[in-house]
Amino acid sequence: MTEESPKKSRLDPEPIARRDFLGLSALFAAASTLFFALLGMLKLPKTAVLSSPSKKFPVVLPDSLATGEAFIPQGRSVAVFRDEKGVYAISTICTHLGCVVKNNPEGFECPCHGSRFSVDGTVTKGPAPRPLPWLKVTRNGDKWLVDETTIVTPGTKAT
Amino acid sequence: MSTNTTNQNRSGLEKFWDNLRALPEYFRGTAFRTGVPNTDRTRSSFVFGNLFLHLHSVRTHLWSLKWSTTMGLGIITTAAFLITLITGVLLMFYYKPYPDVAYLSMKDIHFVVPTGRFIRNIHRWAANIMVVTVILHMARAFYTAAYRKPREFNWLMGIALLAITLAMSFTGYLLPWDQLAYWAITIGANIAQSPRELTDALGLTEYIDPGGLIRLLLLGSDNVGPEALIRFYLLHIMILPLILAMLMGVHFWRIRKDGGLARPVDAESRLGVLPTNTYPVFTQAPAKTYQLAAVVKGRTPLVGRGPESTVPSMPHLFYAELAVLMFTVFICVTLALISDAPLKELANPSVPENPAKAPWYFLGLQELVSFSAFMGGIGIPTIVMIGLGLIPFLDREENGTGEWFGGTGGLDVVKRATFIGLAVPIFIETIAISFGWIREWFPQTPQIIVTFINPATIITLAYALYSIYLVRRYNSTRAGALGLFTCFLCGFLVLTIIGTYFRGPNWVFYWSPLDWPKH
Repeated sequence: MTEESPKKSRLDPEPIARRDFLGLSALFAAASTLFFALLGMLKLPKTAVLSSPSKKFPVVLPDSLATGEAFIPQGRSVAVFRDEKGVYAISTICTHLGCVVKNNPEGFECPCHGSRFSVDGTVTKGPAPRPLPWLKVTRNGDKWLVDETTIVTPGTKAT
Repeated sequence: MSTNTTNQNRSGLEKFWDNLRALPEYFRGTAFRTGVPNTDRTRSSFVFGNLFLHLHSVRTHLWSLKWSTTMGLGIITTAAFLITLITGVLLMFYYKPYPDVAYLSMKDIHFVVPTGRFIRNIHRWAANIMVVTVILHMARAFYTAAYRKPREFNWLMGIALLAITLAMSFTGYLLPWDQLAYWAITIGANIAQSPRELTDALGLTEYIDPGGLIRLLLLGSDNVGPEALIRFYLLHIMILPLILAMLMGVHFWRIRKDGGLARPVDAESRLGVLPTNTYPVFTQAPAKTYQLAAVVKGRTPLVGRGPESTVPSMPHLFYAELAVLMFTVFICVTLALISDAPLKELANPSVPENPAKAPWYFLGLQELVSFSAFMGGIGIPTIVMIGLGLIPFLDREENGTGEWFGGTGGLDVVKRATFIGLAVPIFIETIAISFGWIREWFPQTPQIIVTFINPATIITLAYALYSIYLVRRYNSTRAGALGLFTCFLCGFLVLTIIGTYFRGPNWVFYWSPLDWPKH
């Protein structure tokens, strides 16, 4: 004990670096706690259950529906077609910025930024990044069940 | 002293009566301790003894009071904000943030509520004025090179205030729940989702989808419905105004701490003969350099620079500010009497408004997103914001601070850049409108190429290259900044005008709304 130099006495000041280290660790702990607490709070506004109506719905096609003529179910953004090969549904929500496209004999036309799509949904003009998706259709008796959550390859038709 | 002694001789009831009579005078004394501001001393304490006024310094430089220094643009912006605040709170008495009901309450405000229509018009005009003046105020600060040391940080605060002002306007746009509102917000929310354009092209969307997350947080659902309306309402009336007010506080406080408004080094001699009610703080340049060691960095603002031409802020500055406030109120009320805020039909989620146009100051952006949702709506605005924010850190020259079009190049560069800034977007738009773009020429082009090579990105690139050219040609960062900022303003102007006046149904180009197809 006596051999120890007085410099190493516990009464002497601590090396400043160690205090800095403790202080900085405390600061870092506080900052990261607050940061992750705020991040966790973002879970609240991230909706878990969507309030929008069911994405699967039945459609009854009128007998008079001609080939290439679109049937738009009430309140839905889907165009349902029927030809000799079967029934198919194409989403009418523009893949650019979500406006509802209008069906015409040449295909679809978006009123917001002028995207045009051919009758099978392929982009022919404008800023739309993707073709209009084809939606899954299944037969249920005399009704057709359209499922907006399932995208099928273009050309898939239900019989 | 004599009153004290007489007081002691009076009865309790008499003292009560005396106190009651002295109440107004005494109360005024406790609230405003300084008395009438008619001497330099009371004028000073009038400022620093008041919570709201002490954001100002006690004395104001005459250069700051010159009309041409600021044109009052910052104060107009603040005044417009205060007007929207008051009228906005009034509108909240009747507004109900729920789909369809919201629209009915807007109708009530317009047709039934006493002065409701007038108050809503003022709110709408003040908001528009705020957007215009916040941009002009930024242009003023830029062209007078006021962003330079020590005001770099305050320039960043200004950029943040610009962004929040735009966000305030945009969130307010949804609240009427009419066709205009519904489709503008649908487009806006999908712009927020547009990072998907990039992640889709790279095949990453199923692993990481920042666009979808932002949209979900913004709308609270997968379409614009009740959750979206209440979120926009909350942002509009609570979150954004709180942030805005806080940042405004920092912005104003920093003006004082940064030594008042920027002015030329020879401002004193330029002011010429000073009015009789001004006098220099120091009559001679002090021999000793005062320094508050360890408290203030560097020299204190007034010391060592010799005579300064300042006047008391009360009344010179405050009366000027009050005049600008009254002028803003006058303009808002006049416009509100002349023109009604629009209210279209009730929102219909299955039939878009055609053309569906955002508020006018976003139509330049809408023109850009009509080429690519991601680059136009997120990529280029981000580049522009970062570019604006970097200006004070990249241009550290000192000549010309505080002067209109000061610095190397000056008005000469601004004139050239105006020409380039107008010509480039007009030329590129002419090509795109007359001949179409890559997709019309080569229909098989992959989306990633359309995203990165389109009129919007080419205009941005042309501006950036022109600015680099100016830096080299004038051998000055200020010249480059002048060019870039002028181009930015010109591009904003051209695209906004095209979006506002020359785009019709299906976003097709028309020379006049009279040529629009009838439907």
